[in-house]
Amino acid sequence: MYAQLVKTDATQVRGLDEMPPEERAFQERIDRGEKIEPKEWMPEGYRKTLIRQIGQHAHSEIVGQLPEGNWITRAPTLERKAILLAKVQDEAGHGLYLYCAAETLGVSRDELMELLHAGKMKYSSIFNYPTLTWADMGAVGWLVDGAAIMNQVPLQRTSYGPYSRAMIRICKEESFHQRQGYDIMTKMAGGTPAQKHMAQDALNRFWFPALMMFGPSDKDSVHSAQSMAWRIKMNTNDELRQKFVDQTVPQAERLGLTVPDEGLRWNEDKGGYDFSEPDWSEFFEVIAGNGPCNRERLGARVKAWEDGAWFRDGLKAHADKAVRARMAVAAE
Amino acid sequence: MPSLPDVMTRDAAALAASAAAARPAPDDPADEVGREPVHEPTRAALVEFLTRMGDNTLVLGHRLSEWCGHGPALEEDIGVANIALDLIGQTQFWLGLAGEVEGRGRKADDLAFLRDVWEFRNVLLVELPNGDYGHTLMRQFLFDAWHVEALRALAASTEVRVAGIAAKAVKEAHYHLEKSADLVVRLGDGTEESRRRMQAALDVLWPYAGELFLGDAVDAVLAEAGIAPDPASLRAAWDATVRPILAEATLRVPDGTFAHKGGRRGIHTEHLGRMLAEMQFLQRAYPGATW
Amino acid sequence: MSSEWPLWEIFIRGQHGLNHRHVGSLHAPDAELAIKNARDVYTRRNEGVSIWAVRSSDIVASSPSDKGPLFEPSNSKVYRHPTFYDIPGDVGHM
Repeated sequence: MYAQLVKTDATQVRGLDEMPPEERAFQERIDRGEKIEPKEWMPEGYRKTLIRQIGQHAHSEIVGQLPEGNWITRAPTLERKAILLAKVQDEAGHGLYLYCAAETLGVSRDELMELLHAGKMKYSSIFNYPTLTWADMGAVGWLVDGAAIMNQVPLQRTSYGPYSRAMIRICKEESFHQRQGYDIMTKMAGGTPAQKHMAQDALNRFWFPALMMFGPSDKDSVHSAQSMAWRIKMNTNDELRQKFVDQTVPQAERLGLTVPDEGLRWNEDKGGYDFSEPDWSEFFEVIAGNGPCNRERLGARVKAWEDGAWFRDGLKAHADKAVRARMAVAAE
Repeated sequence: MPSLPDVMTRDAAALAASAAAARPAPDDPADEVGREPVHEPTRAALVEFLTRMGDNTLVLGHRLSEWCGHGPALEEDIGVANIALDLIGQTQFWLGLAGEVEGRGRKADDLAFLRDVWEFRNVLLVELPNGDYGHTLMRQFLFDAWHVEALRALAASTEVRVAGIAAKAVKEAHYHLEKSADLVVRLGDGTEESRRRMQAALDVLWPYAGELFLGDAVDAVLAEAGIAPDPASLRAAWDATVRPILAEATLRVPDGTFAHKGGRRGIHTEHLGRMLAEMQFLQRAYPGATW
Repeated sequence: MSSEWPLWEIFIRGQHGLNHRHVGSLHAPDAELAIKNARDVYTRRNEGVSIWAVRSSDIVASSPSDKGPLFEPSNSKVYRHPTFYDIPGDVGHM
């Protein structure tokens, strides 16, 4: 997911009886489905976990601009260029909304950026994979946005008010993202033999990385259990992954493409597909910095930040000057 | 999750309808001033002119789109993409009409993706590489100030389709100019470093602005027919916009009247060929495919 | 770290003539740019006709612990709510 392996500081999830009164009242509010708002009392662990999760989610949005941004200047028609540009622009907006949500927890956007640039905060593993052909624009929209939506839709009901409101806005704006991806795939899969080849190749490369987005199985994870108790995680990784596979396989069939998993078959008993596990050693390598594009992605963010410093400082200096000038006039 | 009530966005159908209303009239011969006996030299000049307009917005929109994901602040990343989107949208209108008037069945995409450098008609200013963000903004400002004047004049064109496109585009261009002028002032009069960068950008770009006002035989034909203004006639208004802003920005206008030129005749810098190699890659590598 | 642009809260009045509504926040060096940035960030889909920007640090908020004292009194004023009144059906729409 856009936030993977988020730690909570918890060693076990405590029952209501084991909590001090303040925390117990807090947990009961969450259990009643109430929203927690900034500046209200919250356990330190809740606050820190949210900063990690929302920050990681925000970083994923802006790093996520890069793989698709890679094709804006090569989009094959004016309309495709405009659509792709609008989509990648939306991702910047989504990063912005999420950073603002994180800021209500007492951390500034610049601080989060610096943590990202120093390699102390993560972003989703998926964005460390390269986009090699135009069909990858289809696969990213269809699979990557499709996987993200699985998680983001339930997060609209998360317990933290600013996060919930950011997700509502994001989900509303994202409705076209997955569709435009599938639309590209439809054109490619139904196109010339070369286009069809690119479509299948893109599915082959993105299928397992997309499944990895949900993170390794967390059915025994104390962090996930704590996050679910706090309602900042709404489903287990396995639930979402299953739902994604069940939704996506028929879409691939509709395109006439083959999901690259020999273990994939319909399981009548569970009413869902059985499928092979992704290679989790690859996932952990990517998280550790050894994905195909980690260096380029982080490098591009750092460069944008450093190259932009004079711009941000220049505008700030001008604004400060204007304030001083107004004060001087008033003082005369 | 049920879908959420949509309290902020107007109905997409209503948006589409208003977009359609804003769109210039489709090819309706009855509407068309230039087409009762079409004067061939005028038609050829009109195609050339429309190509110039469309190539300017295409090439500049493309350059701006290169910033997406790499902007100096998130808010600015989003802002510059809006301008790029406007320019790409205008390109679809200008080149679409160019193909229509030309009458050889070429669509906007054919013109954008299947012509070589020598057939491009944009001014050199817009094809120059982005440089630092100050360079990009200064280029934008010099262009926007011209764009607003040109579109304002074109909105009164005797060619109704030209006037229709211009009337829509001029609103966008006004916003672009407001934004680029504001940032030029702020960065010129910001820190020492931001001022140095803006001055450096102005020194490099100023000699490329002159081409916007150089007329030729094509312009003469269109000015005569009331279709488009004589480029030179826009210079005074442009100066009246640009010079006070640069003064407010504490920037010094370079001396000299030398103007780089050639783009409007198809003689470009080396940069355009590289841009087209990238932009046109898919259409060239997979001829005839649909996307 | 260089000095960060301050945070602004953005309020937009949509097409329907309703009150300005809080839509989110953003960073900008001053008020004028906050409005410009808000146009780019929060009206990409033609959502608004009027924008307000307020420095986040200038927002005065009720403290969460006041929640009881501030809001509970109005809870008891049920007569402020239209459903308090029983209007005969034949009166028509009211």
